[in-house]
Amino acid sequence: MRQPEPAPRGDAGSCASFAAVFAPPLLDPAKATPRDVAGPNGKAGVRRYNVYRNNVTVSLIEALAAIYPAVQRITGVNFFRAMARFHIRETPPRSPLLFEYGRDFPDFIERYEYARRMPWLADTARIERAWLDAYHAPDAEPLAATTLATFPPESLADLVFAAHPATRILRSRYPTVTIFSANRGEGSVGIIETTEAEDALITRLGLEVVVRHLPSGGAVFLTELIGGAPLGQAAASALEASPSFDIGASIAGMLEAGAFIKAEAGKTRCRR
Amino acid sequence: MMTRQPTPLVSRRFPVHPIAGLAGTSFKHEHLAVILSDGGPLGFFEVHAENYMGAGGAPHCVLKSIRRDHPLSLHGVCMSIGGPQALDKAHLARFRSLVERYEPALVSEHLAWSTHETTFFNDLLPLPYTQASLAHVCDHIDEVQEALHRPILMENPSTYLAFRESTMSETEFIRTMVRRSGCGLLLDINNVFVSAANHGFSALDYLSDFPVAEVREIHLAGHAEQADDEGELLLIDSHDGPVADAVWKLFALVIERLGPIPTLIEWDSKIPDWPILKAEAIAAQAILDRCERLGGAGVGERHAAA
Repeated sequence: MRQPEPAPRGDAGSCASFAAVFAPPLLDPAKATPRDVAGPNGKAGVRRYNVYRNNVTVSLIEALAAIYPAVQRITGVNFFRAMARFHIRETPPRSPLLFEYGRDFPDFIERYEYARRMPWLADTARIERAWLDAYHAPDAEPLAATTLATFPPESLADLVFAAHPATRILRSRYPTVTIFSANRGEGSVGIIETTEAEDALITRLGLEVVVRHLPSGGAVFLTELIGGAPLGQAAASALEASPSFDIGASIAGMLEAGAFIKAEAGKTRCRR
Repeated sequence: MMTRQPTPLVSRRFPVHPIAGLAGTSFKHEHLAVILSDGGPLGFFEVHAENYMGAGGAPHCVLKSIRRDHPLSLHGVCMSIGGPQALDKAHLARFRSLVERYEPALVSEHLAWSTHETTFFNDLLPLPYTQASLAHVCDHIDEVQEALHRPILMENPSTYLAFRESTMSETEFIRTMVRRSGCGLLLDINNVFVSAANHGFSALDYLSDFPVAEVREIHLAGHAEQADDEGELLLIDSHDGPVADAVWKLFALVIERLGPIPTLIEWDSKIPDWPILKAEAIAAQAILDRCERLGGAGVGERHAAA
């Protein structure tokens, strides 16, 4: 029997080892071509093996580009591909579901030396990641305004809400919603005038993912509601954070966005 | 081996759309609107299973409408059946629930691997052809077929290199795999053509050695040209263009011999406008129909060989 050198490891035999030999150089250009592969009739295996290296890296770059199109539009294709290549080598996917990939990419962007002059880039990526999670989230009927109207007014402060599985809040120090919206579309981006901080609400209405710019206090309000706080407490926190917080507009906005699926009387009301 | 009743298919949520003798195309979301407005016969659609493993939203809504109106083929690309390590149980469970939910006419996977330890490489990687790898592959196919309660089709790979430790040919490996596991086969003729060029064997010899009686689906796709270390032609299975003339010729020979097997035009990157993809499927359908008109000599052979 011919055996590759060095001898196969351990009692698992050559079958257990072929993947262990073949896999590591796929994402590590410093590693040599595995010695046990070749072309026909004694032909070399270097360029042949490199086809696999290229397939792996390029397909994963394309997976990140599909998840983060606005980031790619902002940075340009070459910048994006270089940045993505670094990330792929550092954090390759651990799931065969590529729409789950790239969760660590926004944090990577934040640390990426060449992206420091674009401090809003990481938050833009965070909205894009939340967008894809909302896109694949379970289906659920949003809470209707008419349902909410059935609760007696004196019970409203104690109401607690269940978030739609697609609902996400993203707070940013930058005008990230404006940047995201300008760069997700096909049209020309133009000049972004604003420099103000923007909080985002990401929801899905039916099949359509919607990213909204939350008014002042809105992110505190919704984050508390999503966390299970009663309406009265969430409104108080929002007012404390932002004196201009408008509870009526915020409730109307969250219903229109389909952010929640259920409202019920909170525990404090149930005490007898 | 897989003789039990296919019980999960009894309660049908979708109409039965026969797939026999049809050509089909890879389904891409960008074609949805034009497919829905296309009144003509469209054959069958094939989707990559992993794209529909999210919880809800548009992908399932779209797949439901495709499945309702057309025969569907579910093509897994990430099960890593060819790898030595145990299958990902969570992934297998997702695959199973997709098969139960959509009741596809065909279910297929690859003779390849894509995961090692915890890293998913997103490519169909090659394996050595040895008794040890054969045992792993057959165990994995058994596990998948047991989970799905139905046989799957295994696709022959396109490869760029060979392992020194291989002790048998690919066709011998596949023949034994079919006999031991009871799986069916998805014959990718472009893969045969690509591998033949890359390894210097004859595609016709490969096909005459291939256990064609078990073929239930055919794939056709485009390939690209590169060079190997010696500066000689290396074909890349790129799925990014029209089917090559030589692959069409091989396809016609195979169909003459086997009869009208469901045939997919696979096109996964640089996706063209729908009319271009549809024209490829119409060309495949013409070859399938010609064979049917000529009286199904191939069908007779298939029965004789079965």
